[in-house]
Amino acid sequence: MSTELLQQAAASNQWVAIGPELMVGCLALFLLLLEIVLPKSRYEMIPSIAIAGLLGIIAGFIMNYHTSFIGETTFNGLLKHTGTGQFLRLFFLLAATGVSVLGVVALKRQAMPKVEFFAITLVVTAAMMLLAQSNNFVMLFVALETITVGFYILVSYTRTNPLSLEAGLKYLIMGALSSGILLFGIALLYGAGGSPGLTASSADSMNFDNLRVFLYANPDNIVAAVGIVLVLAGVAFKIGSVPFQIWIPDVYQGAPTPVSAFLAIASKAAGFAVMLTLVTVFDGHQKLVIGVLSVMAIATILFGNLAALTQHNVKRLIGLSGVSHAGYLLIGVIAAIHVPFAVGAICFYLFAYLLGSLAVFGVMTHVSGDDDAEQDLDHYVDLAKTHPFLGAVLGVGLGSLAGIPPLAGFMGKLLVFLAAFEAGLYGLLAVAIIGVVLSIYYYFGWIKAAFFPQWRPPVFEGDDPIPDPPRQPVGMAAGIVLATCALASVFLGFYQGPLGAWLGLS
Amino acid sequence: MDLLLIAILSPLALSLAMVLGLPKAVARNLAYVGFAIPAVIGIWLWCQYGAATKESGYAFLTSYDTGLSGLGINLTLGLNGIAMPLFAMAGIVGLAAGLYALQSAAERLNQYVLLLLVMQGGLMGVFASVDVFFFYFFHELALIPTFIMVGIWGGRDRNYAAMKMTIYLTVGAMLSLIGLIAIYYTSGAQTFDMIALREAVADQGLSTVAQKNIFGLLMVGFGVLVSLWPLHTWAPLGYGAAPSSVAMLHAGVLKKFGLYGLIQVAMPLLPQGAQHWALILATLAVVGNVLVVGIITIAQRDLKQLVGYSSVMHMGYAFLGIACISLVGVGGVVFMMVAHGFSAALLFLLATSIHHRTQTFDLDEMGGLVKHAPVLSAFFVAATLASIGLPGFANFWGEITIFVAAWKVFPVLTVIAVGGVVISAIYGLRAAARVFFGPQTEAFDKVLEEKPAADLSWSEKLPALILLVSLLALGFWPKLMSDSINESVTEIYTAAEAVEPVDVARN
Repeated sequence: MSTELLQQAAASNQWVAIGPELMVGCLALFLLLLEIVLPKSRYEMIPSIAIAGLLGIIAGFIMNYHTSFIGETTFNGLLKHTGTGQFLRLFFLLAATGVSVLGVVALKRQAMPKVEFFAITLVVTAAMMLLAQSNNFVMLFVALETITVGFYILVSYTRTNPLSLEAGLKYLIMGALSSGILLFGIALLYGAGGSPGLTASSADSMNFDNLRVFLYANPDNIVAAVGIVLVLAGVAFKIGSVPFQIWIPDVYQGAPTPVSAFLAIASKAAGFAVMLTLVTVFDGHQKLVIGVLSVMAIATILFGNLAALTQHNVKRLIGLSGVSHAGYLLIGVIAAIHVPFAVGAICFYLFAYLLGSLAVFGVMTHVSGDDDAEQDLDHYVDLAKTHPFLGAVLGVGLGSLAGIPPLAGFMGKLLVFLAAFEAGLYGLLAVAIIGVVLSIYYYFGWIKAAFFPQWRPPVFEGDDPIPDPPRQPVGMAAGIVLATCALASVFLGFYQGPLGAWLGLS
Repeated sequence: MDLLLIAILSPLALSLAMVLGLPKAVARNLAYVGFAIPAVIGIWLWCQYGAATKESGYAFLTSYDTGLSGLGINLTLGLNGIAMPLFAMAGIVGLAAGLYALQSAAERLNQYVLLLLVMQGGLMGVFASVDVFFFYFFHELALIPTFIMVGIWGGRDRNYAAMKMTIYLTVGAMLSLIGLIAIYYTSGAQTFDMIALREAVADQGLSTVAQKNIFGLLMVGFGVLVSLWPLHTWAPLGYGAAPSSVAMLHAGVLKKFGLYGLIQVAMPLLPQGAQHWALILATLAVVGNVLVVGIITIAQRDLKQLVGYSSVMHMGYAFLGIACISLVGVGGVVFMMVAHGFSAALLFLLATSIHHRTQTFDLDEMGGLVKHAPVLSAFFVAATLASIGLPGFANFWGEITIFVAAWKVFPVLTVIAVGGVVISAIYGLRAAARVFFGPQTEAFDKVLEEKPAADLSWSEKLPALILLVSLLALGFWPKLMSDSINESVTEIYTAAEAVEPVDVARN
């Protein structure tokens, strides 16, 4: 390579453009450093530093939200800065903050190392932020693997709990398998795009821009088509959709609750960031992409909702309901091929999902006992009566997830459905409607457990009294996060003003 | 800030007062204010309506951007002649239900009143919305508290009833939403504004196929919500279990959402679709709602279920009027919706008051209550007569108009429907006789020994009086609302009839 080319490549390394990611990464390293420097008695301040640091980064990010890099590619085509990417970066930062706060609550009860959790969360967050902007398969894969490896550790974090270990193993095996499939797909696309005999082939076919041009020029290339299908299947693992959804209930149940929340919220959103990018890249093979995604969406919605109907463990329930949410979002992704505002609709949906899920997972961390994996619907009996605050937050969160007006989740669903209608996806819409109706049953069942007076078997003399369900006191930080999520869910349902404007909906 | 928005927001805002930990008396007084404001605004706007300036048929028109104007969604509020009486009815029934709830001995009264206030805000929004999206949005806002209140404060079978209501009504609401979105796109207007939609359709109607499909979808969706036979089974069960104020608000007001949607949205925008489905709708309404449900009602032993079934039965008349697709028929339905709102609410209120005295809803265990509560029995007999449709009560004008309109279109069905009046007379009067007259049963003797029955107290009498006076006022002076209904119905429906569907125009 000539020096001129190298210089050009070096000049495109705009380190300022990935400032937030660098800061998040440095914060993670700083936490590890503190662990060495500080005496053991001062360890409890480390999570606070992580959260404060994240808040600082968020504040700085919001101030520089409209950076001059939007629309540009940097790092020699590895990254492409878009408006959607900006929004998702903020999304991941917010998710990490919420998860860290939940982590403080959950880890307090476990005899586990307290620092690594936050450091790993931060590293994973930085990788997600990069993933949302990747414009090259190398970048995409490295970021994706960073996320997945981070989650291997997080999922089996409570390593004395066999369920957590089992979850970690399942996640590892499924993750490795899906990574392999993804990699194989990438290799096929790279090979096809780089073969000099074909029109519009390029030496750098890992780059999305080049690949897009190539796929346009060769709409009938079988190798590329197989590659596309494999890549989409690999990404399905991240978003938790068919064919890689079966790990979800077990992993969500075994993983510590904050990690389940992180998986549900951020990992899913990261998958959709990839999906949205890839759909534009694969534009040349539109028919194939639409076909594959439609089958995935239908199977995902039906599987998620039907499987959730019979769950009694709330972690499994929320995991499977998350599968169905992935299905609705996939409909949005398909619509995004033809309808520009669908991207904004997906972002709104994800944001509403973030608020709702964080609220529900937040309540779950407060209603779990020592064994994090055993969280049953029965534990929620009389929650609204004894803990009105937790009850109200749970009600709002579940309502928002179920898509009940006037909450944010309903607006998200409505926007996605509007986009789907405009794109003419009537069949998918019908499936989505069936899914929503099914979902009412299990969401409402949970609300019923928490709110409605339940019959309890009488306790006779000599019987062991029924143990009281576990309840944790709500600390200040957790209280603020929960209240913010609930209030924002209500507020965004009534008034979408600034967010709608950001996402190009008004 | 305009009065319509205040009527919607004040109950919502004051509902927060219930959780702020205020002293009990202060919170209660704020709740009274929250229920009173919409009623006062409703009556005030009724008085103002005739003289108000109207844009495209709507008075008091205002519009707010909530952030989705790019998609044609704006919070547009206004009243036309169809919406205005229903808006006022929602306010008045809400006030009665609120007063009745505040005097009740419900557990955790604050939370109960909070949810009722939220429901009230939603109800006001339903009839004030000119934007179809917000029309739906406010309906759901009022619907969700219903489920929760049935589940927490309900009577027998409340868990089952709440679940069944939730699933049925969610299905209905989802189908209606899809139908409304379909109108949004197929009309080409890309807006949810009713006025703009009507204008877009006036330029070029929807294709006949689209009209048929969308109307069918809306008919089923709204049909579930209004308890059209055979999709009605949630209603008697739900009302039987619901606490009285919730049953009053749902059966009286919220259920009218579906009929209102058919009249304001579906029929003017999809006239061909309405024609296509009219006969099916009329048959279901008369044979199903009036005849079958009517006979089932006669067989009821549980007073509250009986009132619930009778409310389902009367919806049959409303659907029959809609199926006529004539100015007279639709006008009659609007009149009947308002009248039924008052009378159904009054019956649910009195049924609960009876329960307080007899400790049972079982008709076989009552009797002779007139000796202990003469005023209550007078109210109940009046409410029963109103619900049968006796002249002098508002319901009479609604039913007679519907029959006149239906005679021209469906003579056979009309004969059956008129026969339905006899059915409702049988069960209504039989219930009144069983509860108040006849010999006192042994079971009731026992109840009286423990707790002697007093007559209606003023806190129960006042809400009942509000409803009864409304029924009588409209019964003796129907012109109070018939003029405005007539004007709007004529305007909307003559415009709709003139439009040819696209495919015919193109040939």
